[in-house]
Amino acid sequence: MKLKGKIWKFGDHVNTDLIIPARYINSSDPSFLAAHCMEDADPDFMKKMRPGDIIVAGENFGCGSSREHAPIALKAAGISAVVASGFARIFYRSAFNMGLPIFESRTIYGLVNEGDEIEVDGDKGTITISGKEAGPIKIEPIPPFMQELVAAGGLMAYLVKKRAGG
Amino acid sequence: MGMTITEKILAEHGGLKEVHPGMLINARVDIALGHDVTAPIAIGEFKKAGGHKVFDRNKVVLVADHFTPNKDIQSAQQVKIMRDFAKEHKIGHYYEGGDAGVCHVLLPEQGIALPGDLIIGADSHTCTYGALGAFATGVGSSDLAAAMLTGDLWFKVPETMKIVLHGKLNKWVSGKDLILYVIGQIGVDGATYQAMEFSGETLGELTMADRFTMANMVIEAGAKNGIFVPDETTREYVQSRAEREYTFHESDPDANYASVLEVDVSKIEPQVAFPPLPSNVRGLSKVGSIKIDQVIIGSCTNGRIEDLRLAAQLLKGKQVAPYVRLIIIPTTPDVYRTAMSEGLFDIFLAAKAIISPPTCGPCLGGHMGILADGERAVATTNRNFIGRMGHPGSEVYLANPAVAAASAILGRIAGPDELKGVHKI
Repeated sequence: MKLKGKIWKFGDHVNTDLIIPARYINSSDPSFLAAHCMEDADPDFMKKMRPGDIIVAGENFGCGSSREHAPIALKAAGISAVVASGFARIFYRSAFNMGLPIFESRTIYGLVNEGDEIEVDGDKGTITISGKEAGPIKIEPIPPFMQELVAAGGLMAYLVKKRAGG
Repeated sequence: MGMTITEKILAEHGGLKEVHPGMLINARVDIALGHDVTAPIAIGEFKKAGGHKVFDRNKVVLVADHFTPNKDIQSAQQVKIMRDFAKEHKIGHYYEGGDAGVCHVLLPEQGIALPGDLIIGADSHTCTYGALGAFATGVGSSDLAAAMLTGDLWFKVPETMKIVLHGKLNKWVSGKDLILYVIGQIGVDGATYQAMEFSGETLGELTMADRFTMANMVIEAGAKNGIFVPDETTREYVQSRAEREYTFHESDPDANYASVLEVDVSKIEPQVAFPPLPSNVRGLSKVGSIKIDQVIIGSCTNGRIEDLRLAAQLLKGKQVAPYVRLIIIPTTPDVYRTAMSEGLFDIFLAAKAIISPPTCGPCLGGHMGILADGERAVATTNRNFIGRMGHPGSEVYLANPAVAAASAILGRIAGPDELKGVHKI
């Protein structure tokens, strides 16, 4: 799994209210949620971002409410991955369960600026910053079963596929 | 090696003699909870997985509490998904309309969440039930779907942080202040992935309402669960309510703790958490003069009858400051009826407060009390994130019900001692 994209940078403690404000979670429609993704952190985020872009953030990404609308909104918005110094517990599980790949790296945050392009290699467990001499940053690779889960589109789709022998 | 109460409950539900932190286990759940925001996604996932039957119709609990009474067409559709599912699967504990209350107050009150249980809920404040001596943790909707299908779920056994509370509580200091103080000490990720176990001599002074408030907010420090070893106070609360058998566990004297935080509660005054994080805490004496536009007394954190009684005690014979809205939310039909029969509503109405039906409503910026740009609220709720109660330019200050009531009367963040003629009984 290789994901290459332009990065958007956010700070520490990006909570799920920032990712998708509660005033929109009276719906669970992915495209509706995507339209308001990160709105309270940056009102123009959805106008500026392009599918395939990557979010880089600080500590405790996804803290607060357990709403799975948060990974759904990010994924439906076209965010291909989130790389953060750390993740909140519930979000960590929910992101993979919804098929959004996420990576922990304590190093990357200080090395990149918004707009830089990075490539995340989930097989090898590396992140490369385009146009920078610095060697690849090591991250924990995503094991094959988790890659299959992400490729299937999330936990449930993966279970169905496995049951069908696919 | 001995085990903590958290480890004992996980071991028992995993069919194991012993567990230790870091271990991955598969464990059976006693209660799987969802509400009108999270259950529709879980139901979608349940169907996607080809689910035809829930594992046990009496162990799945569905509560319509967040955007209810239905705020708009979209929220009505969400509740309809949940209601249709509840009908189809004959869900034993389905609450809507006049039956429904804020789930984390409702479940203990109705004797559905009990000591010794393993409870998962697609809501981050599911950790509230730890006050009863249960292992309770918030999960996402996919995990709820898996639990509804199979009756079990995988868990990583958490390390435990022990918080030892010593000393006597000061006037106007309650469970809310203790947990805000602790979050202020350790930060919003200070207990990530960990269990927070409360102990120490002060526990004897803490009512069940105080304990629910404290366990409720451990998620604001990133914790997986918060837990109290059950005692006589717990027994008194559950024995008349329990709908089934329950078990009291306690931590072994030689149990292992990742860290121990000693707190002298006699040094703590009422606490206020400034926006935008629950860890941004100051003692009331260091708040300064902050004018406010709205006060909320309610939520799964502080919307119990004890909280309403305290507010009424302060509001009696007084009025809310001009241009300030005070919204009081009794969190369940029982709380509502009790408040009414005790005459609290007369006090609230005379004070020009608004009495809301049971709902999560404004706590998450859903409805029933949304803030405009630049407005400030004092709330007895649990989160003060940017935009949490409305416009991203509004602010939420978290406090206990006594501070909230006094602030409503004075129109600025204030303590009860600033009111004339108030003596704590």
